[in-house]
Amino acid sequence: MGPGPAKLWPTVAPQWILDLPEWLEEFCYDIYKCFIFDNRYEMYIEGLGNTLLMTLLALLIGVMLGVVVSLVRVTWDKNGAQMRGPGKLILAVFNWLCKVYLTVIRGTPVVVQLMIWYFVVFSTSRNGLMIGAFAFGINSGAYVAEIFRGGIMAVETGQMEAGRSLGFGYVATMRHIILPQAFKAVLPTLANEFIVLLKETAVAGYVSVCDLTYAGNIVGGNAFDYLLPLLLTAAIYLVMVMFFTWLVGKLERRLRTSER
Amino acid sequence: MSDNVIISAQNVQKYFKGGEIKALDGVSTDIRRGEVVVVIGPSGSGKSTFLRCLNLLEVPTGGSILFNGTDITDKKVNINRHRQKMGMVFQHFNLFPHMTILQNMTLAPMQLLKKSRAEAEEKAMALLERVGLADRANAYPSQLSGGQKQRIAIVRALCMEPEVMLFDEPTSALDPEMVGEVLDVMKELAHEGMTMVVVTHEMGFAREVGSRVLFMDEGKLVEENTPDEFFANPQNERTKLFLSKVL
Repeated sequence: MGPGPAKLWPTVAPQWILDLPEWLEEFCYDIYKCFIFDNRYEMYIEGLGNTLLMTLLALLIGVMLGVVVSLVRVTWDKNGAQMRGPGKLILAVFNWLCKVYLTVIRGTPVVVQLMIWYFVVFSTSRNGLMIGAFAFGINSGAYVAEIFRGGIMAVETGQMEAGRSLGFGYVATMRHIILPQAFKAVLPTLANEFIVLLKETAVAGYVSVCDLTYAGNIVGGNAFDYLLPLLLTAAIYLVMVMFFTWLVGKLERRLRTSER
Repeated sequence: MSDNVIISAQNVQKYFKGGEIKALDGVSTDIRRGEVVVVIGPSGSGKSTFLRCLNLLEVPTGGSILFNGTDITDKKVNINRHRQKMGMVFQHFNLFPHMTILQNMTLAPMQLLKKSRAEAEEKAMALLERVGLADRANAYPSQLSGGQKQRIAIVRALCMEPEVMLFDEPTSALDPEMVGEVLDVMKELAHEGMTMVVVTHEMGFAREVGSRVLFMDEGKLVEENTPDEFFANPQNERTKLFLSKVL
């Protein structure tokens, strides 16, 4: 048998592994070199932490941006025609900006956007994590905006009229009556966007952020063995997505109480 | 103008597509305190548009609406303040589906009149008691029948203690057996002296409760009279034709 990769560090494996029966030794040795040797498990933990942090920050930015953009778009679509004066002009400009934003962000790959932010726009900063969170947030905002817009449009016009007829202003009606209903309607789609976002952050390695995927990749390279590191990486994503899906299901059931 | 007039519609026009479609073609009338004005007419006659113009849900293209002497079509007027005093009931109820009945009724008083929760709920419960739905206070709209929903919609508007109530075909979306319960609530309201403007196809209601009937056709106010005179002795040809079809 030629010198396989596993033979490279026979000396560093602890004696108890070398003492194991041969079939078990190989497996334990693989585990040892992929996770324990050189404290490699820390890489995954750090990667996972960065992935989660980036996703959460991006989600936050995305949802805030999405709500604002969708409100501008909906307000323009529904009221733009009747408006007059400077208000109309301002809204028209904002609506145009939002449209440009949606077109550009949804029309280009997120990796390219990420690299543009990192290497061009923020080229003086080397904080890849924050730039990553920002880039993914800006990207996600475009999709969230369209999701919310659909949700708001799906709420019957009668709801707006009912709110207005009670004396609520446009903004107050949106806040108390339209948005809660829209949010409920878009929750499954929004959850899907979160799942997509979580996995999209896997390209953060392009701008040298040590996220989960990057960690798996590096460990695999160092250990000359990609099987276990990449399987573990995939498994962690899978567990997170499954957990989140379960969580959203619970939330949906709670929100659905009004439809019994 | 007499102090008694609460809403004065003056030559109200509503055009669509730059005048091509005239939904309202110069309608003028005064609505006095304590009056129950019933608006009838064929579909597409502009009666709903007229009603919706009264609280500016539909912004008139021309003319003016005076509410308590203030021209609310004026852009500088804070329409939200005036709408608080004009309750509106819709054909499709428009209850807020994500809130319980009690929340539906207390939202506006708490947010807009700055009432405390206890105060708003007390008022809401008293009104629910009156329409016999106190036991449904914590139900959601989807758990109610159409008639119940419409009764809730009426008391939700009443929670704001309006000076006038606008009804936009309140029984048109109801199963026939539920029409009565809603009309009963409206009759009671009328007997208490509430000023009401009612767009409806319920001729019985118009005759029994109305103090004045307006007949509209093609965006114009064709005829107005007391119910007795209106139904017994219609003047206009269009009115006669319409009444011969519906009575």
